[in-house]
Amino acid sequence: MFKLVKIALRNLFRYKRRTFLTMSLITIGVAFVLVFISVTASFKSMMIGEITDSMLGHIQIHKKGYVASIDNLPLNLNLNQKAFNKVKQLLDQVPEIESYSPRIKFGGVFSNFVESTNIRLNAVDPEKEFATVPLLPSRIMNGNKTIENGEILVPELLAKGMKVGIGDTVVVIATNEDGSVNGYQFIVGGILRSVTGPGGRDGYIHIEDGRQILRLEEPEISEIAIRLKNFDKIDEVEARLQGKLGKEKNQQGQPAFEVHSWKQLTPFFNIVRMIDVMTFFIQLMLIAVVLISVMNVMLMAVYERTREIGTIAAIGTLPGRILSMFVIEGFSLGLMGAVSGAVLGSLALFILNAIKISFNFGRQQGLILTSSISLSDILTVSVIVVVVAVLAGLRPAFHASRLEPIEALRHV
Amino acid sequence: MDLVTAKKLNKDYTTGKVTVHALEDVSFSIAAGSFVSFVGPSGSGKTTLLNLIGCLDRPTAGKINVAGKDVSLLDRRSGALFRGQNIGFIFQDFNLIPVLSVYENVEYPLVMVKGVNVKDRRKRVMELIEAVGIEPEKDKYPDQLSGGQKQRVAVARALVTSPKLVLADEPTANLDTKTASMIIGLMKKMRDDLGTTFIFSTHDFRIVDAAEVIHTLRDGKLLESKQKNTEKKGEQNV
Repeated sequence: MFKLVKIALRNLFRYKRRTFLTMSLITIGVAFVLVFISVTASFKSMMIGEITDSMLGHIQIHKKGYVASIDNLPLNLNLNQKAFNKVKQLLDQVPEIESYSPRIKFGGVFSNFVESTNIRLNAVDPEKEFATVPLLPSRIMNGNKTIENGEILVPELLAKGMKVGIGDTVVVIATNEDGSVNGYQFIVGGILRSVTGPGGRDGYIHIEDGRQILRLEEPEISEIAIRLKNFDKIDEVEARLQGKLGKEKNQQGQPAFEVHSWKQLTPFFNIVRMIDVMTFFIQLMLIAVVLISVMNVMLMAVYERTREIGTIAAIGTLPGRILSMFVIEGFSLGLMGAVSGAVLGSLALFILNAIKISFNFGRQQGLILTSSISLSDILTVSVIVVVVAVLAGLRPAFHASRLEPIEALRHV
Repeated sequence: MDLVTAKKLNKDYTTGKVTVHALEDVSFSIAAGSFVSFVGPSGSGKTTLLNLIGCLDRPTAGKINVAGKDVSLLDRRSGALFRGQNIGFIFQDFNLIPVLSVYENVEYPLVMVKGVNVKDRRKRVMELIEAVGIEPEKDKYPDQLSGGQKQRVAVARALVTSPKLVLADEPTANLDTKTASMIIGLMKKMRDDLGTTFIFSTHDFRIVDAAEVIHTLRDGKLLESKQKNTEKKGEQNV
């Protein structure tokens, strides 16, 4: 085997320029793919983090049917105290859960006494909410980083449009489940930066204020946002919660709850999927580059060394050995390209991180791109390249092993 | 005892609608340990005959027996195995492997064909390298050698596996007279020392004299077979 590898390597370096050019092509391809994977993965995780840690949480639990009509914020699909206690009891037993926050969500009219507009309100327990969406305090641009009773956090653009600032008195008018309209005065306690750009109309008030404005006789909530200790366990925990809560039925015998991860709750997930599709196509391009370049080199090698193949076959080299010789050449070419590509890619990422590239996302300015790549990603790309290089070398190698020695020796 | 026997060997090549009879009803036998030459002009069928003896090609009709085995119908793998065990080759253009040194070229059949262990391999390779007189060049690569040196390496490579038979197709065609005589002398010495049967083809009459048995071919037919100092004509003449 060692001799086969030695002969293969010497044959590769016999045509230095060709081998160097092919290897460079593979190297650049691998490096480019690694940088692309890393940058997009970093972008993805940064954006997902922004969305889940600023407002959504990792998983949400609602009464069955709530998410389908979430745009209406239906009060008749709130969870009552009994249902909430059932969920609470379950969540307290799941060790992967770091925190959870019950919310009452409803729509209302926001008025500065001169003009009015609509607003979506989240009535929350500040301590639980900040533990579940830890980036929420950093979104409070002005004012105290908390939500006191009688205070309201107003979205930035809404505050600007309605010309209200910290300390101003405003009125929120909401219709409760019975259809009666209630008004409640708030002091503007803070202005909220938007997460995803213009259009954010979500304000925050204390959960007690929410209950009062809706005149809830019994405590009830619209949703429970959950934060996990480990983001990567979302699917696993979601499935477990679904399994347990799915068994709970309402009085009509229908499922009482529904569990959704962030993926089902934000259209940003489609962007994430698009990025994944782009990454897949970039990898396909790399495979095509490796396949064509290695196959080209191996075809040339077989053509140019036909007489040599005839000689070694005449001497008694078995067809399988001749096949191995060329397969090892393809393998070596792929391996060298993959290793040098991984080194070059890692170096490029190091430089990218060193120069601190910043970008804007929605209303957020100057986010710093922090690219990193896992060893498993490097190994996956490298293994793909090596496997493709071997496959590309197989056809020419098979051709070489099938050559009749007499024909090969006559080759000019 | 005969090492090679051929009975009514025929070999045809067909190109399009044209069939060329490269060999027609050729029969002969070659004794083990002999030094045999096939002579004849270009196109007489010498190389075709050597290819059939060397299991590199299959006859259209007839039978050929080498070292007690009918090699007329060996498939690709069996042919390679048989060649590796029984036959050494010396080519007109030397056909050394350019990426291997002299030592490695000689060693190649022991590694790739016979799988001999390192210790025995080293001993055997050095024996052959010394025997053909290329020890000072053992670390050089083929492109650093003269034609004569290359052919010495080829002789060593052909003999390293101790084959029963060495086939040399026009081994001196690319060498000057002096080097050609030296290579023929070397092959004969190897035959004397090792008892290996040598069969070579040539149309170079400067070296034909060295052969002990001379078979003359013309237009694919065996015209005559001469033993040195003893001419026997008749049964193999066409």
